[in-house]
Amino acid sequence: MLRVCLKGANSAARKCLCGNGVPLHPLQQCRSYTSGGSGSSAGKIVAASVLTVGGGVGGTILYANWDPKFRANVEKSIPYSDQVFGLALGPAAPPPVINKPRKVEPVQISSMSEMWKDSKQPKAKEVEKKAEQPDAEGPPAPAPQETLEEASAQVAQILSAIGEVPSVPAPGTHEAEAVPPPAALKGVPAAAAKCTECEHEPAVKERPEGEVAARLAEQDKAEQDLLTSLSSNLEDALGSTAKVTLQAIGAQEAALQAIAQHTRQLREAMEAEAPPDKKSTQWRVLEDALSERSRSVDEAGAAVLKAKAELDKLRGVIDGAKHLKIAAARPSILAAEENLHSMVVDLDSVVTRVQTAQSEAKIVSQYSELVNEAKAQFQKELNSITPEIQANWKGLTGKLTQDDLNSLIAHAHRRIDQMNRELAEQRVREQIHIDSALEQQKLEDKKALEVAVSTALEHNREQMRLEQEKKVEETREVMEAEMRTQLRRQAAAHTDHLRDVLKVQEQELRSEAEEILNSSLMEKETEYRRLTQDQLDSFTLDMNAAYARLKGMEEAIDSHVIAEEEARKAHQLWLSVEALNYTLKTAALNDPTEPLEGAVQAIKESCAEDEFAQALATALPSESLSRGVYSEASLRARFYAIRQLARRVALIDETRNSLYQYFLSYLQAMLLFEKAQEAPPAKLSAEDLDTFKLLSYAAYSLEHGDLELAAKLVNQLKGESRRVAQDWLKEARLTLETKQVVSLLSAYANAVGLGTTMAP
Amino acid sequence: MAEEQGRKWDRCLADSAVKLATGLGVGIVFSVLFFKRRTWPVVFGLGVGLGMGYSNCQQDFRSPYLLHGHMVKVSKSHTS
Repeated sequence: MLRVCLKGANSAARKCLCGNGVPLHPLQQCRSYTSGGSGSSAGKIVAASVLTVGGGVGGTILYANWDPKFRANVEKSIPYSDQVFGLALGPAAPPPVINKPRKVEPVQISSMSEMWKDSKQPKAKEVEKKAEQPDAEGPPAPAPQETLEEASAQVAQILSAIGEVPSVPAPGTHEAEAVPPPAALKGVPAAAAKCTECEHEPAVKERPEGEVAARLAEQDKAEQDLLTSLSSNLEDALGSTAKVTLQAIGAQEAALQAIAQHTRQLREAMEAEAPPDKKSTQWRVLEDALSERSRSVDEAGAAVLKAKAELDKLRGVIDGAKHLKIAAARPSILAAEENLHSMVVDLDSVVTRVQTAQSEAKIVSQYSELVNEAKAQFQKELNSITPEIQANWKGLTGKLTQDDLNSLIAHAHRRIDQMNRELAEQRVREQIHIDSALEQQKLEDKKALEVAVSTALEHNREQMRLEQEKKVEETREVMEAEMRTQLRRQAAAHTDHLRDVLKVQEQELRSEAEEILNSSLMEKETEYRRLTQDQLDSFTLDMNAAYARLKGMEEAIDSHVIAEEEARKAHQLWLSVEALNYTLKTAALNDPTEPLEGAVQAIKESCAEDEFAQALATALPSESLSRGVYSEASLRARFYAIRQLARRVALIDETRNSLYQYFLSYLQAMLLFEKAQEAPPAKLSAEDLDTFKLLSYAAYSLEHGDLELAAKLVNQLKGESRRVAQDWLKEARLTLETKQVVSLLSAYANAVGLGTTMAP
Repeated sequence: MAEEQGRKWDRCLADSAVKLATGLGVGIVFSVLFFKRRTWPVVFGLGVGLGMGYSNCQQDFRSPYLLHGHMVKVSKSHTS
């Protein structure tokens, strides 16, 4: 059992080690390993193997669920695994489409376009035509540009990561530049507008002159509009701020007045010794004055705040106007700034005055408080000593007793002593107090000085700046006037130059035109001459052609005559050759043909000029001419007699020719049997030169109509056989020769006939 | 040439017959006249006749192959 477990573990381990690629092969391996297990534990072996198989399949499915590539691999390699996977896991997910970069791209492109646009804007400044207004330089609003730059930095990072540079042209720059200036005053988020513009415009192209002029006019108009709007805005702002400032100043003045009055009244109240009811009225009046003062101070404060707000707004408007940088608006801007400055100065001065008044009032109030306090103290003391005495001690002389008086006097003395002591103390501390007060005063003075200095500095600076701007403006005007005069001079010079150039050009053009006229005239003349010449040439050509054709026709006719003559001759030759052929066929069985002489003569007559035919005709053997030739059939028949004879004398040659040899030879011929006909081989070997073999070969060739081969074979006979066959051989040779010559002649006649019939 | 063999044989046989007969006759004559009628001269005569006939036949058949040689004496003056 341990062994089985080990084996099962081994196979499982092996499966795991081999990877989950192909579960079937390990199974086979396992099977071969487990086949050697003991028989009693077969069930255990089976269980272990089932477990491992199940584990393997489950592991494969799980891994395939996790790794789609592995799943694809398994599906490819194992036939039905895709179905199993489909059952277990569901259909495989399609390969993940690389969408993310694409999704990111459009956003990037838009921001990219912005970035490109921003980066191209400075470049566009250089590339722009001379009349392009600098108003397009400033981006409509500073805030969008900052965010754009940030975005562009981010985009640059992302792009460097991706590694592609979309070739979005800087298309909308010009158009976008045209659009923003009107939108500048509104402060519309131009980023979106620019983006949409970029997407629409494909390319930057040069603008034609008319367009430039139109654009210039447009821009001038826009400028004018801007100027008017700007000036109106400025005036409105100025007016409102002036009003508000005046209000503030008025409020401040009122406050000042109130404070002064209050202070005065307070002082009066302090110093004047009016009767009580008058005092109370005085106090009431004082209270009114105080309330009046506080109210007016508050009012003044609020008015100041409002004025300050208005001033800030005005400053903002002026800054905006300055940013637009329209030259014509400068003086108005300067004036506005001056006004602003003066208002600010006035406001500040009034405020300082109010503050000083307030500080004075504070001093007076403090003083009054102190006095009141002292008075209260004294009263308290008096009350402590003489409780029934009333506040106004001046009217008390009749009611007081002697003790009261004494105590009062004692108290007064004591008080005087105390006072003296205090005074001494005060004198001692005077210096210290004075020093500290001085110090305090110094500090406060310093502070006040600093504040005053700073404000004065600010005012001064502002003044200087204004003066500088005024001076700059003046110089600019002067420069402009100068430039205008220079331009006028240049324009005059230009017109003179143009006039001269025009004159020169006119002359040039005239000469050119004349030249062209002359050349075209000459061309036309040559053309005319050429045409007439062509006509003549064509006419002569036609004539020549006609003449040539006539000649050709004549020649053709002549050649036809000649050809026909030739044809006739060839026909005659052919006829004579046919006659010769016919004579060849007149051979009877054992008789020769008729003598060929007549036919040959006829041939010789018919082809008197033809050398070839003559030669052939003379090449015929004379025997055939005189006696005729034997036919093949007769030769064939004769051959058998010759064969018998040759067989009989096969052993006789020049060395053996006694009668005994003859007897032996006859015996051999009787006893030896060879094939009647045997096909001759292509090459004759030495053993083929036996008489009997040769005779059978010759018989075969004769039977198959090959007289030539038979004659050749018979020619190989030796000795007496040869002598015996000599006659036959001669006859065969004659026949062959004649036949050859005749066939040549007939072929030649045919060829000539063919040649003549195919006349050119 | 084919008939030459035939002709030769004809001549040969005819000649042999004649020679035989002649031999026989001469033999008989000689036997009767000079040799007391013994048979040997007849046989001898026959044999002579046959032989002569055979020789003539053979000579006739050999005639195409016979070479006649001549001794040519070369004089010393030519060879030097």
